[in-house]
Amino acid sequence: MPLHDTKVYEPVFTGTRRERLDEMLSRYPTKRAALLPALWIVQETRGWVSDEAVAEVANELELTAAYVKGVVTFYTMYHQHPVGKYFIQVCTTTPCNICGAEGVVDALLEHTGCGELGATSPDGRFTVIEVECLGACGFATPVLINDEFLETVTPERVPEILERLG
Amino acid sequence: MGYPHAPHPKETVVLSKYFGEPEARTYAGWVARGGYQGLEQVIGMDRGAIIDLVKASGLRGRGGAGFPAGLKWSFMPTEKRKPHYLCCNADESEPGTFKDREIMRWTPHQLIEGCAIAAYAIQADVTYIYIRGEFTDAYAIMERALAEAYEHGVLGPKAKGPLRDMQMYLHRGAGAYICGEETALMNSIEGRRGNPRIKPPFPAAAGVFGMPTTVNNVETLAAVPHIILRGADWYKGLCRSNPRSTGTKLLSVCGHVRRPGNYEVEMGFPLKDLLYDLCGGMRAGHELKAVIPGGSSVPMLSRDEAEACLLDYEGVVEQGSMLGSGGVIVFDDSVDIVYQVMRLARFYAHESCAQCTQCREGTAWTVRILQRILAGEGETRDLDLLLDVADNMTGKTICVLSDSCAAPVVSGIKKFRSEFEAYLHGARRPAVAVG
Repeated sequence: MPLHDTKVYEPVFTGTRRERLDEMLSRYPTKRAALLPALWIVQETRGWVSDEAVAEVANELELTAAYVKGVVTFYTMYHQHPVGKYFIQVCTTTPCNICGAEGVVDALLEHTGCGELGATSPDGRFTVIEVECLGACGFATPVLINDEFLETVTPERVPEILERLG
Repeated sequence: MGYPHAPHPKETVVLSKYFGEPEARTYAGWVARGGYQGLEQVIGMDRGAIIDLVKASGLRGRGGAGFPAGLKWSFMPTEKRKPHYLCCNADESEPGTFKDREIMRWTPHQLIEGCAIAAYAIQADVTYIYIRGEFTDAYAIMERALAEAYEHGVLGPKAKGPLRDMQMYLHRGAGAYICGEETALMNSIEGRRGNPRIKPPFPAAAGVFGMPTTVNNVETLAAVPHIILRGADWYKGLCRSNPRSTGTKLLSVCGHVRRPGNYEVEMGFPLKDLLYDLCGGMRAGHELKAVIPGGSSVPMLSRDEAEACLLDYEGVVEQGSMLGSGGVIVFDDSVDIVYQVMRLARFYAHESCAQCTQCREGTAWTVRILQRILAGEGETRDLDLLLDVADNMTGKTICVLSDSCAAPVVSGIKKFRSEFEAYLHGARRPAVAVG
């Protein structure tokens, strides 16, 4: 965190989120085991997992921040930087690749204005990434937009899907 | 049934009978369809007798390894001195495989019932159902079904008898293929990086939280209630070829067939019939080129091998591959084998947990060499180099991710060598930019 950053960090685990964390802790014999669920709560609340949030989670679960960061960086679904309002994951692994997934990627990059994979559109609404196997190979091409799982997406359907997001 | 298609007369529907029926997702709908009778039947039964019944049925692990399920359960201590755990592996991430997702999406109570029976048999206090993070819809459906199961006293405080103390939780993954490996899955539940553990100790001795643990795949557990209700002999009778492979198998078919989807057939079903009858064959104007029969981690079959292949654990081995998870990836003659082998290698390079050198380096170099070949910059000796790297990646690491990367490379070069040589000799135009 830059030294001149004076913005006060608001803790994630207050109110109902504190209750959810406590409930998660009751499910496991160790505090450490609540780490993945705790990080999910952080991401649902803040949209990504900042270093401050890493420190907060570490404190809650009696772990070191370095340990928590090590776990965050292992799992691809935790965002280590802010992403667009709509985070779009397109499967391009072999079964989808041979069924035209690259065309879906191109259409998404074009219509969202993201331009390239991993970049956020200038209006901050979209981030598009390629993802390895979404586990819906018979429904090529699957696309995950935040928590919404779409099947058999084609380049032609892309404009309508984006429009529906509003 | 062949969801998302109408059932085919050649299918044998057991697990997939209610795919596509939203009412089957609810507790009431599931009970109306005969659900939870298997669980009712096992309560009060001798635990050893349940395990013997599953052993006698011949049920083998549907996640890929094909290890006998009853035998695995029998490794758990019979005299309980510590907490026991059951982990249901719902981390389905093997390219080509999408059966567990359908089981969870359409018949969540079928899985909960299977988990409860298994947990009872192995005296597990807690069951964790580990669902991959990307399965948002399956997770939501499972969450509702589990809440209903607690509410109706299937297990937990409102239940009667031994199921009262049984707990079952969903644990959401966060994007890591390797967490489908059972020891990595346990590490992930414990809040660690998903690095596989060295075995032994095996999970039954020291698994999750160091306690005796059994890890079973979704499809394996979903088959259990049916075996309890209809008996081991019935299950053993679901067999067309080798008696060591029994029951039905959900086959996920994807790629270049007219009707991709899940199909449930008896073990020993001919792959040829699956492709040409159930799935409607190839697209117009195209012919079959190759098939990866058991998820991307198994060697690919040539057209001749595929058309002669019987789909059971032994039958696919006879053709030089493995049944694996039953994810059937179909390539027609439009496919560039070299490019797709590179794409698969890229998958494994991305998913390597990087703790073993052979895997971390081997997967990355395999991709680079293949990209070099695809860019028209390869040399003849690159094929031997790829095979040498593959050899160094096979049987030398903590888990088999490394071996899985080598499988398509070795089988691809062996069966489609001329396609690789076409790039090397300049007979084929570069398919990727020089990277």
